[in-house]
Amino acid sequence: MLDPIYLDYNATAPVRPAVARAMAESLGRVGNASSLHRFGREARAAVEGARGEVAALVGAAPEEVHFTAGGTEADNWALTGFGARRLLVSAGEHEAVLEAAPQAERIPLTGGGLVDLAALERLLAASDAPALVSVQAANNETGALQPLPEVAALARRHGALLHSDAVQAAGKTPLDRAALGLDLVSLSAHKLGGPQGVGALVVRAGLELAPLLRGGGQERRRRAGTENVAGIVGFGLAARLAAAELADMAARAAWRDAFEAGLRARFPEAVVFAAAAPRLPNTSCFALPGRSAETLLIALDLAGVALSSGSACSSGKIAPSHVLAAMGVPETLARSALRLSFGWASRREDLEACLAALAKQAGSRQNGAGSKQRIIA
Amino acid sequence: MNDGNLPNRPARPIYLDYQSTTPTDPRVLEVMLPLFTEQFGNPHSDEHELGRRAAAAVEQARGEVASLIGAEARELIFTSGATESNNLAIKGAARFRRAHEGRSHLVTLATEHKCVLESAKALGREGFEVEILPVGQDGLVDLDRLAASLREDTALVSVMAVNNEIGIVQPLAEIGALTRPRGIWLHSDAAQAAGKIPLDVDALQVDLLSISGHKLYGPKGIGALYVRRRPRVRLEPLFDGGGQERGLRSGTLPAPLCVGLGEACRLAGLEMAEEAERLTVLRARFLAELTARVPGVALNGDAERRIPGNLNLSFEGVETQELIDHLVGVAASSGSACSSAAIEPSYVVQALGLPDWRTRGALRIGLGRFSTGGEIDRAVGILAETVASLRARRGAGGGETAAE
Repeated sequence: MLDPIYLDYNATAPVRPAVARAMAESLGRVGNASSLHRFGREARAAVEGARGEVAALVGAAPEEVHFTAGGTEADNWALTGFGARRLLVSAGEHEAVLEAAPQAERIPLTGGGLVDLAALERLLAASDAPALVSVQAANNETGALQPLPEVAALARRHGALLHSDAVQAAGKTPLDRAALGLDLVSLSAHKLGGPQGVGALVVRAGLELAPLLRGGGQERRRRAGTENVAGIVGFGLAARLAAAELADMAARAAWRDAFEAGLRARFPEAVVFAAAAPRLPNTSCFALPGRSAETLLIALDLAGVALSSGSACSSGKIAPSHVLAAMGVPETLARSALRLSFGWASRREDLEACLAALAKQAGSRQNGAGSKQRIIA
Repeated sequence: MNDGNLPNRPARPIYLDYQSTTPTDPRVLEVMLPLFTEQFGNPHSDEHELGRRAAAAVEQARGEVASLIGAEARELIFTSGATESNNLAIKGAARFRRAHEGRSHLVTLATEHKCVLESAKALGREGFEVEILPVGQDGLVDLDRLAASLREDTALVSVMAVNNEIGIVQPLAEIGALTRPRGIWLHSDAAQAAGKIPLDVDALQVDLLSISGHKLYGPKGIGALYVRRRPRVRLEPLFDGGGQERGLRSGTLPAPLCVGLGEACRLAGLEMAEEAERLTVLRARFLAELTARVPGVALNGDAERRIPGNLNLSFEGVETQELIDHLVGVAASSGSACSSAAIEPSYVVQALGLPDWRTRGALRIGLGRFSTGGEIDRAVGILAETVASLRARRGAGGGETAAE
């Protein structure tokens, strides 16, 4: 079959060729990074080099980076590592945060897709108990960039710790842990062209948290388990390449804007979510009212265009997005929501082809075909 | 970063640390590579073709892992490695059983891997009663003592299939015969056993079993946990989120790593018997040549009931640290590689209750798939010379090296 047009980078990105080569090379070498002999020391050097690259991407010190199996582990670790601390999480967080802390109090979102700062302030002021606030850097569905400087200022004023799930933001938009004053940052390699199965929790120097995985003394005695050397090497290189492309990525917001303009031209009724918020350059979440997302996705998939309805999880059934619900989007409209997300290997033509496919499958007013071309489930 | 075997550089050391990690088999690497760049989908993206293809590859791999241990594919969940599997099995089972059945007693062995012991200790801090049983001088569990420790409220027994330092194979079937009738779940850390010795979860009556990719010529960063369906074993997850792996382990599955583990398991299943035979011969050759040249060598742990690729040796009058420091050209270890900058006496060898010199001078030799007879001969030569020179130094110089 033809290579599909892949516009689901927020689910996972293809591994960059240089990263795949570096990992293949690393996988061809034996060595446990904790062994003291030469094989072990070489593996250790590779791991530490990568730690520096990941740290540099997010304005952290290398010793603040703790490698994990991915973003989900990092989020779970951050949310459970502080014992009985009061937890405040935004209603638009990824399931990994929401499910890790079911007891957490929810900070509402505004209709524009941003965390409600006034509500956060009220929540923080309501109690003197030490709190941990968790607000993602960018939403995985809408791409909305959350106001982390303002959130950090509020957290600081109330003596709360601040965790940010930056799985979608890192490598797509500049992020500086130290400048923002974040205490904890979750990262994932496979969202930025690195391998699946590796992530990191960045922990501000001096901050103590209880381990989630116990055993050997790896990762400064905080995260046990033999280091995934090749995966970490791949993460490090992907972080370096993504950092070098941040300006290019920012410029590609124009692709997204052109796509959305084209969408509105063909479908005047189209709704773009969080359109007024600062957003990741690569993400567009939109709905064509009256067209079921599920039906459209099937048709697009058959036409060789890969989009998604939101977060790729296990259910197999497309449930209405909790993010859109938190923004006050009616369920009927949310059931029409599609997410387009592109990345390092995408071309402008991919978005144009997607628009054409949408026009064909959904039947736009402009092409005059109207509802005749609409796919019936 | 290139290969060490350049003319102006010394040859790479002989790798005899297969219990620490194994090289990824080139055949495993070959099946992994296309999943990085071509079939790169998120296996949970069922809305498009790339995602579904990744999912199909993951499910095929799950079947391969299951076959290796006589399980059903749906009884296997993927994890990031044996440390995660062991943490999930022990904490997950114990927390579930206490919450739902009031069982709050755990039994394990003093020679278990650190991640088992640390998980058990963490549960101890949560109010569980944790019993850590000693082993005999041979490294084997004392079955009578184990039987006597079992109680009405015992939630879990965790006994490793094969020890990572001394290679001892524990009698899991006998343990399973004790736990199953009492409704106690049996967990086994099989990181060192899977692919090395035949394992059948039904024959062994094991309820939870941990597997590691990089110990059986697969990649690092991937492992699996077997979770029995009949009788049903339930766990509290360690990671919550997207609900992957039937809610037991959230997080995007790393499709290339899953496929690598599957292929490693498939190859191990096919080649295990032949490989065991070859390694048994190589190990006998190592031991015979070494003991012919070096007096005062002792084998730690039972000689027969151990995996073919393992030796754990002590040298009279020689300490592990100095031996490893001077052992140029052979990569072996003192035991578990767990980030320790300094070599501490092995708690596993210590648990055998042997004379002091045995504990202080233990060296783990791990042979594996790519070990050759030539390597064995050269390694014995290097080891014999190193031991002799350390002993001569001590004999001549006396006090300084022996000084505390």
